[in-house]
Amino acid sequence: MGVTVFWALAIPAVVSGTMVFRFDSMARATFSLLTSLLCVGGLVVLLGLDYLGIVIVLMMTIEMAIMAVFMVMYMMNPAGLMPMTMIHNKKGAAVLCGLVFALLAGGILFAPWPARKGRAPADPTMDLGMSLMGPQMLTMMTLGMALFATIVATVVLATRRGRYDRLGDDLRARHADDPVRGGVGR
Amino acid sequence: MAERAPLWAVFVLPLLLVAVAVVTAGFDALLSAGARSGRSGSLREASVRATSPGREVLRQLVQQPRRTRASDVSLTRIGTALLPVAAVLAAVVLPLGFRSLSDLPEGVVWFNAMEALAWAAVWMAGWGPNSALSLIGGYRFLAQGLAYELPHMLAITTAALGAESLRVGEVVDAQAGLWFAVWMPVAFGIYLLSAMAMAFWGPFDQPVGRDVAGGATAELSGADRVLFLGGRWLLLVVAAAFGVPLFLGGGHGPLLPGWAWTVLKTTAVLAFLVWVRRRVPTLRMERYVELAWVVLTPLAIVQALVVAVVVLNR
Repeated sequence: MGVTVFWALAIPAVVSGTMVFRFDSMARATFSLLTSLLCVGGLVVLLGLDYLGIVIVLMMTIEMAIMAVFMVMYMMNPAGLMPMTMIHNKKGAAVLCGLVFALLAGGILFAPWPARKGRAPADPTMDLGMSLMGPQMLTMMTLGMALFATIVATVVLATRRGRYDRLGDDLRARHADDPVRGGVGR
Repeated sequence: MAERAPLWAVFVLPLLLVAVAVVTAGFDALLSAGARSGRSGSLREASVRATSPGREVLRQLVQQPRRTRASDVSLTRIGTALLPVAAVLAAVVLPLGFRSLSDLPEGVVWFNAMEALAWAAVWMAGWGPNSALSLIGGYRFLAQGLAYELPHMLAITTAALGAESLRVGEVVDAQAGLWFAVWMPVAFGIYLLSAMAMAFWGPFDQPVGRDVAGGATAELSGADRVLFLGGRWLLLVVAAAFGVPLFLGGGHGPLLPGWAWTVLKTTAVLAFLVWVRRRVPTLRMERYVELAWVVLTPLAIVQALVVAVVVLNR
């Protein structure tokens, strides 16, 4: 059963991953990548890490849906209606991909994998989380805040209109002066 | 904890959802016709009005489907079919009484993940036909998703936090005494808003709005249209039904058996959602995104904090 499910997910994952580079439409490439990632989510569930697998499905769906907007937005051919290719520097990319694949496959085949000691834990997600984050929780929390602060800071720096444009030089305007009316308090 | 349902329930679940969706659509059609041309005089007239969605489905299935030029047919098809599939998959963790098809240990996250598939579905259905208006509809739904998803996730997390479990069965068990809707009213209110938003219903119907000639549905015809709009009804039913185990005590209630309480409460939530559509005008998304991020998200975080403090002191 497990073996069947593995192949039923692994083959579509690789095929749709390859199709990302074969499709000539940005929209198709995006959702082909999403298919591949959803299959990977299923494989993670198969490993017994249910929570992580479902979270991968959730996050990748939302991420690729938003990615579709950006991919289409930043493309040279905005509507994606003209055929285009995802690949640049074809030969170099092919050589690099081949090398990385050989390296990873070699690692899988030749690494001296340890035999299982003891039994599988009742809740593998919990154990994985504890071993990843347990002793490093403070570091992770600090890192999370730092990343979030970076996101906010870049948005603040990138935005053209600041609070002085919205609320006047002394920030005392009763109503914010926004190009788009409506929303909270207006 | 919820019991496992027998295997045949796998086939009954989609049929049951479709039946509830058909009844709701009929009720909504009856109300719409009543608002347009006065109350129906006879029972016969009322039944003709209530079955109008069914006749529309038949009409769509027999008429010649339209195709737009240079459309991406496969993407459209996947998008339209994904919407009902996502709704049914999300319903797998819904308990009827105290039985669900599969009471996954991460049921709440599963529901959220399946409901998020609608983002991809509506965008693909909007993009596929190669038409400006349907493209606008698809993009509107992504903007709407960004607006509703943040407070929505916090609201369902709050319910899971109150039960200290992501298992839907345990969330129901935790409400044997007091419903979560009573002591987490903010989370419940936000959930109702996002239930409408995820099914692009009522004030959140801009993705299929009249101002863009039907938006994501503008170019859909035939079986594609039936699947997409049917999927939207299913999504509305599932979103309303999931509010019952999360906030309204699931099958708990006096006298009646568990399944009857689930049906009653789901009917009440659905009736409320149908009523809201008639009372509240369509919201522009740039207005709602501001409300969602500036008001609803902080409110949801405060609600989660209150619940966390209560749970820690239990």
